[in-house]
Amino acid sequence: MNAVAKPVPEIAPEMAPFFAAAKRRELVVQRCVACGALRFPARAACNRCMSRDVTWVPVAGTGRVFSVAVMHQANHPAFEAMLPYAVVVVELDCGVRMISNVADCPAGEVTIGMPVEVTWEERSPEVTLPVFRRRS
Amino acid sequence: MPSHPLRGATAIVGLGITPQGKVYGSNAIGFAVDAVRLALEDAGLRREDLDGVLVNPGLSWGDMGMGSFQLQQALGVRDLKLTATMNLGGATAGAMIAHAAQAVAAGVCTTVACVFSDAPLKPPAAEGANGGGTGGAYRFARGLDAAYGFFGVNAMYALVAKRHMHRYGTTQDHLGQVAVSQRRWANLNPAAQFHDRPLTLDDYHRSRWIVEPFHLFDCCLVSNGGLAVILTTAERARSLAKPPVYVWGMGQGHLGGDPADTLTSGAVLAKKTAFPMAQVSTGDFDVVELYDCYTFTVLVTLEDYGFCPKGEGGRFVAERVRGPGAGLPVNTGGGQLSSFYMWGMTPVSEAVIQVRGEGGARQVPRHELALVSGNGGVLSTHSTLVLSRLPS
Repeated sequence: MNAVAKPVPEIAPEMAPFFAAAKRRELVVQRCVACGALRFPARAACNRCMSRDVTWVPVAGTGRVFSVAVMHQANHPAFEAMLPYAVVVVELDCGVRMISNVADCPAGEVTIGMPVEVTWEERSPEVTLPVFRRRS
Repeated sequence: MPSHPLRGATAIVGLGITPQGKVYGSNAIGFAVDAVRLALEDAGLRREDLDGVLVNPGLSWGDMGMGSFQLQQALGVRDLKLTATMNLGGATAGAMIAHAAQAVAAGVCTTVACVFSDAPLKPPAAEGANGGGTGGAYRFARGLDAAYGFFGVNAMYALVAKRHMHRYGTTQDHLGQVAVSQRRWANLNPAAQFHDRPLTLDDYHRSRWIVEPFHLFDCCLVSNGGLAVILTTAERARSLAKPPVYVWGMGQGHLGGDPADTLTSGAVLAKKTAFPMAQVSTGDFDVVELYDCYTFTVLVTLEDYGFCPKGEGGRFVAERVRGPGAGLPVNTGGGQLSSFYMWGMTPVSEAVIQVRGEGGARQVPRHELALVSGNGGVLSTHSTLVLSRLPS
C-alpha cells in the first residue's frame, strides 16, 4: 500500500489571497478597512466593527506559542508515522493567532510562550504552508 | 420580592431512557420513539396528551433539517401546538426544557416532550467499511487546520485546557480526580456503561493519551440511545404518576470570543438569569449535574457557577468533589465520562432521578434542589436549569 500524502488544503475563494502570498513565502492576514483590526483565518465580517470591507496585509512571521495540544491519535493516515506530534496555536507579534506546527521540534519540547518564527513547507505544487520553527 | 412567574410554574413529569452505549439495531429516530414511549409510561400519560415535541438531533440525524416533523410522523402524534428542531450543541437539553416551560407557562401548549437521540456507533463488523482507501477518500481533511494534523473537538478542548493549566496551575491530577470521582458514582449506577469498571488515579494516569493533556478517561463516552423528558404545568404534574420535578429557574449564556482566552463558560451569564428567577444561590444546591464532555469542562463550570474562585477549579475538585459520600455531589450517575453520552440530556436525567429520590445506591440524602448545566461547542453555548422537589 502506498503511503498516504499529507492532506493538501482546498483553496477556498475567501482564502485565495493567503495561499497566493504563501506561495511566494509571504505571510498575510486580513485587515478590516474600516477599523484596522487584523484577523485570521478569513471571516465574512470584522467582529470588532461588523464592516464587510476587507483587505490582506503582510505581517511579521515572528510570535510565540500560545497553546499546544499533543496528538496521540491520527485521524488521517498521513500523520500516523509522526505520532505523537504537536499542534500549536501561534500568537504572532501582531496579535493574530493561527493553528500550525513547530517544525523539527519534538512534541515534548513545545511549550507555551516559546518564541517561534515562520518557515515554509511546500505541500503541493499549488500550496505552500506556513509552519514555525524555534527562535532563540 | 415577588416570585418570578416561571418559578415553579412547570414540572418535569416523565423520564424515558433507552438502553445506552453499544446498542445496535436501531437508528436515531427509532431510539427517539423508544425514549418518548418510556417517558409517557413513566409519567402515566398517553401519546394523545402530547401537544408539543422538541428535538435535539444528534450527529447521526444527518441533514434532517426538520427533525421534529420527522419525529412527529414517526410517533404518529397529531395536532401539535409547539414543535422545533433545536441545536445549541450540549446546551440544547436545557434550552429545550426552557422553551417548553416558557410555552407551557404562557398557555401556548400543555404537555411537551423534549427529546435527544443518536446512533453514531456502528456494529464492529461494519467498522472499517469507510476506512482505508486513498487520500482522496478523506473528504473531512480539506481545511487548513487538517493540513497541520489538527482534527476534532478533543484537540480543540485540549488547547483550551492547556491554557488553563498554564495560567492557573491546574494539574493532570486535578483532571484525573474528576474522572475518578465520577467513576465512583458510575460504579453505583447499574445503567452506566462503566458500572462494572472501577477507576483509580493510577489507572487514569496509565490510560492512553488521546491528545495531551487528555487521557482516554478525560473524554466522554460515545453512546447510541435516546432520552426524553416530558414537561407540563405544575398543576397537572401533581395528578400524575411520579413526584413532580419543578422547574424553578432557567437561563442561557453564550459568551462569544476565544475560549482559549476567556477560559470561561457561559455559566457566568446563564446563572444571572436562572438563580434570581429561582431565588437561589450557589451554596443552596444539594446535587449538581454538570455537562462533562471532558473532565476539564467540569472544573471550569464549577468555577463559573461560583463554587470556587476563578482558576481554583482544579484545587476545588481535589478537595471537594470526591465521589459518593463526601463533599459536593457532582455528576452522581457517573456523568457523560462514565455513564452515557446523550449530550445535555445526561445531566438532566440524573437530576430528575436524584430530585425524585430514585437514585438507589447512589441517591444523595438531601435532594430538594438540583443544578443542571449544558455546554455546547468549545465553551461556546451554555444553559442552566434549577430543578426542585418542592413546588415553591
